[in-house]
Amino acid sequence: MPDLAILIPSVLNGLTTGALYALVALGLTLIYGVLHIINFAHGALLMIGLYAVYFLNVQFGVDPYVSLLIVPPLMFALGYALQRGIITRAGHGRDENILLVTLGLSIVIENLSLFVFKSDTRVIDTPYSFEVVEILGAFLPLPKVIAFVGAFVTAGILWVLMSRTDLGKAIRALAKERKGAKLVGINTEHVYAMSFGLGIACLGVAACLLLPSYYVSPQVGHGFVLIAFTIVVLGGMGSFVGALIGGLIIGVVEALGGLFLGESLGQIGIFVIFILVLIFRPTGLLGHKV
Amino acid sequence: MRQLVILGIVFALIGLAPFVIASEFWLNLVIMTLYAALLGQAWNILGGFGGQFSFGHAAYFGTGAYTVAVLQVQLGVNPWLGLVAGGLMAVVVAAGIGFSTFRYGLRGSYFALVTLAFAEVLRILSNSVDFTGAGVGILIPLDQGAANFQFVSKQGFFWVIWLMALAAFTVVWWLGNSRFGAQLMAVRDNEDAARALGVSAFRVKMGAIMLSGLFSGLAGVFYAQYFLYLDPYIAYGPAISIESLLVPIIGGMGTLFGPLLGAVGLHLISELTRELIGDLPGISLVLYGILLVIMVLFMPRGLAGLVNRLRPKSAATGARHA
Repeated sequence: MPDLAILIPSVLNGLTTGALYALVALGLTLIYGVLHIINFAHGALLMIGLYAVYFLNVQFGVDPYVSLLIVPPLMFALGYALQRGIITRAGHGRDENILLVTLGLSIVIENLSLFVFKSDTRVIDTPYSFEVVEILGAFLPLPKVIAFVGAFVTAGILWVLMSRTDLGKAIRALAKERKGAKLVGINTEHVYAMSFGLGIACLGVAACLLLPSYYVSPQVGHGFVLIAFTIVVLGGMGSFVGALIGGLIIGVVEALGGLFLGESLGQIGIFVIFILVLIFRPTGLLGHKV
Repeated sequence: MRQLVILGIVFALIGLAPFVIASEFWLNLVIMTLYAALLGQAWNILGGFGGQFSFGHAAYFGTGAYTVAVLQVQLGVNPWLGLVAGGLMAVVVAAGIGFSTFRYGLRGSYFALVTLAFAEVLRILSNSVDFTGAGVGILIPLDQGAANFQFVSKQGFFWVIWLMALAAFTVVWWLGNSRFGAQLMAVRDNEDAARALGVSAFRVKMGAIMLSGLFSGLAGVFYAQYFLYLDPYIAYGPAISIESLLVPIIGGMGTLFGPLLGAVGLHLISELTRELIGDLPGISLVLYGILLVIMVLFMPRGLAGLVNRLRPKSAATGARHA
């Protein structure tokens, strides 16, 4: 048993990483909660967001946090178009078809970017990249602390949007009862696409908060996809609070797994949790009946 | 019966390949097409006939491949014995995954995600333990000879993959004409109704996943002996899982000849693009992705569905009437 001086920084580090995971998972859980589809292209779309932030910074000198005003709206538009143009047409009444189409999209996006950007790992250079904050004797990178706060703010904004606006009402109505929503005059196609767009916009936010402490490469989304799925399943499909808590748990599990089992085997904890939760409690910790 | 005759004729014609094709390049293409058809047919048993979409067939493929390789390199076991062991190990893994998922009634997207996670767990494990060579991979030493499952000419490999594919296709023909197959398709089309009629959905799905795992494992054994090298990414990575499902989706899920059509189509297209735009990294996968999207969007029944549409009154048993 390592002593607290190692354990506490490890847990705190895991919490900040977990918040980043939660940000990615928020979009996924929103999309699942409303459209009842599992977006396999989530990681690939995150990668697009990261490249957008990267090139805004390198080409035009835009700070990643300023990009928060630019990238999420762009990602929203992309998501809206994808849902209306491709995904909704592919269902043919089977969930698996959506899974296959988003899988196809992710293969196309990832390999096209591999072709265009090569497999180089790129980072950006900001004045605060190496700033640290001391919390409980642990030194945490400033960008990660900002991302931690950002994850909660984003979840809060989403919550307000869903519970206090007309759009949120329409989205919730559609999630509950599709036919009924249609009968009272909700434009279902539009609202579905809005929800998907919002979920992808979350990825835009995640990309802006992630890049200062992370990197971008064509395969970067890969690592996030299964982790985000795990979080969503763990927290309960469609639950924002669940996604936050799930993200933090996974972050800590990963950090402790790495501490006790080593880098390469440490990741296995995540998948084991994933499998166990899916098998024994597919509704997740806070989810409703699936 | 008619399908069995057609199957026999098709495989007899394919069997002419080593006699009429002199070039190693073209024979290799035929071998790889049969190998893809085997992978696809394995997935088709569970996905096409059973309606259980697996995203992690690499779990069985990799287990078969690693079994034959590890037994040979670490224990000096003859690869022909390894072939049997690899097939059996793949069945065991399939039974384990099937038991833990079907027992709890995981369906649809949940099943797809869990199978993916199982394959990832195996990939990480094979990347972490020593006897698989960890991240460096495992190299089967060159020792050519038919007794060693390392044929000097490609013809030997051709006959092995031809037999494996023939076995898989015959089993699938049997699915279309047996009680077990009928029960499997009943579970696919409406699980609750099938259970109400007394079909044990759990047992039927277990049978399907084990058969499916067996043929994926055999494909893995073949791969290991053909290329003599494995690493965790090749064996358990997502590429194999994707190829496994892409082949029957392009060809036509739940049909006997779908995987063969799909394998031929896939290889024709990727060879054509290689001719047209050269050998660019990642471009063939881009193409696979586009194909997948297009097929699901416009031809959810695959090439076989197209064939059936052209002759609407055909007695294509096994084709989906969804």
